[in-house]
Amino acid sequence: MMNVRLVLGLVILATFAVVGFILPGFAPEDPTAWQAIGRNRRPGLEHLLGTTSQGQDVFWLATWSVRNSLLLGITVGVAATVIGVLIGLAAGYIGGLFDRVVSFFTDSMIAIPLLPVLILVAAIMRGQLSLAVVAVVLVAFNWPFPARQVRSVALSLRERGFVHTAWMSGESRLRVIVWQFAPYLTSWALANLINTVLVALIFETSIAVIGLSSAGQTTLGTMLYWSLTFQAILAGRWWWYGTPVLAMVILFVGLFLTSSGLSQRSAAIRGRLVAQ
Amino acid sequence: MGTLRFILVRLLNFVLVVWVGVTVVFVLMRLIPTDPIEALIGSMTSQGTIMSEAALDEMRRVLSDAFGLHGSIWEQYGRYLYRNFVSFDFGPSFSSFPTPVSELIGRAVPWTIGLLITSTVIGWVVGNVIGLLAGVYPNRRLSKAVEFVAIFVYPLPYYVLALGLSIVLSYTFRVFPLSAVVIGEPWTLQFVWNVIYNSTLPALSIVIGLMGWWVISVKALSSGVQEEEFVRFARLRGVAEHRVLTQYILRNTLLPQVTVLAIQIGLIFSGSILTEILFQYPGLGTLIFSAVVQGDYNLMMGVIQISIIAVAGAIFLVDLTYPFIDPRIRYR
Repeated sequence: MMNVRLVLGLVILATFAVVGFILPGFAPEDPTAWQAIGRNRRPGLEHLLGTTSQGQDVFWLATWSVRNSLLLGITVGVAATVIGVLIGLAAGYIGGLFDRVVSFFTDSMIAIPLLPVLILVAAIMRGQLSLAVVAVVLVAFNWPFPARQVRSVALSLRERGFVHTAWMSGESRLRVIVWQFAPYLTSWALANLINTVLVALIFETSIAVIGLSSAGQTTLGTMLYWSLTFQAILAGRWWWYGTPVLAMVILFVGLFLTSSGLSQRSAAIRGRLVAQ
Repeated sequence: MGTLRFILVRLLNFVLVVWVGVTVVFVLMRLIPTDPIEALIGSMTSQGTIMSEAALDEMRRVLSDAFGLHGSIWEQYGRYLYRNFVSFDFGPSFSSFPTPVSELIGRAVPWTIGLLITSTVIGWVVGNVIGLLAGVYPNRRLSKAVEFVAIFVYPLPYYVLALGLSIVLSYTFRVFPLSAVVIGEPWTLQFVWNVIYNSTLPALSIVIGLMGWWVISVKALSSGVQEEEFVRFARLRGVAEHRVLTQYILRNTLLPQVTVLAIQIGLIFSGSILTEILFQYPGLGTLIFSAVVQGDYNLMMGVIQISIIAVAGAIFLVDLTYPFIDPRIRYR
């Protein structure tokens, strides 16, 4: 059976990759520059999605925002998943006191509400906050989720017959992890990675919407922030606030479809293996 | 004896979690390259406050006192822990001087807790009912439609939902207010009505987001439990359908749900903070936001500590419910 969620999600993500990484190169002028073109134009042939109150082309500004948002999300997703998987594997595999200390720390990190902390960092670094700093904070608070789950997977794998067999036949610890554990974890880790990209984007746009994200680099969140600040809703400039909102909605749904499609797929494969 | 031990172990865990939380915040503050004192003074003078050199020096002293920046790093850490665990004295608020921070927080906490508990409970109950029915009858057209909608709603951050709701229900149809303004003396009819009227939109945006999640997960869980032997046996034995639904299927989906809830409390809290800011709802979210805007460092730190304690406390309470939900879990 075809995995509808996965296919649909991947199509959406591929579209966004094109919009974010290829299209910005074709922008006729720097889309972030203010007052480069006429202000508050309605969507039309000249400006596909109209222009903002600062005289920016909404369409090209959006491609630029998608690019920055995707870069941030992918960086955080990859870094947090790699760190989480390594820590979780180590805890589950080594076990004992090490496992207890690491698990306790992981659980505690999960209990820290990220948004207030992010707001605090943004407030103190006001003006100097860059997307890189946002990424570091997001990684610091998002690795515990994969770590927690990988640990429990590693715990159960350790007791499986084939791992014992590998062990008894004199395989080194590293080889057991790479050759016996990794195949089980990769598709799951991929699903988690996509999900972390989603969480990272939600948090970055969250602080952006209240005007606390990086002032210098435009993202989907800061684009929405400026439209709200310039009262685009009251003025009825739907193309300005509608574009980032619609882009976020489609991107977030695409990420969720991909991640849940991936976990459905790995569950289905596991089911087939058991049935055989 | 068992019960007491169970509660004590969980309580100790709660205290340790809070300790790790506040320590992480402490370390984070020291890792930020910006000097918080100069940043604050900069933001004050840029807002038009004019101070003489002497006043500036005095301000620096007061701020470094408030930040706990004098003495060695260990002395700073010791005072910080004392403030967080024993005295709960976060000093006066700079923006509404000389009101103590703890008083401002005390005023905001009931609002946040009220909003969160109400919307979490409503979202959970409605999500469970819909998810359960959709999971048990997976082939009905309505079940598929419900899941389809949930998949589109769940990944949306609360602020997108909040924005959508306020565009529809405040700008287009003026049913609800754009921002919360509560009037009237406490606990008069007018006051209660006002609170409900002003809280509906923020609550609704949280309820919809949470509901999406519960529908998706409860549907997956209950369609799994549905396949189990004991459910088929109960049906064959002629147990009434509503009993099968509630006593056989729903009960067995509760445990994994509670586990997920415990992990997600922090995320739900973060989401509600933003919803509050967008609707200017008088809770912790709006408080920390106004603290940021006015450079009120004491207030910021106070709200963060309370947030950590609140989230850890909620997880602690959820942990305590395990043995009630699943009698197989003994007091360990």
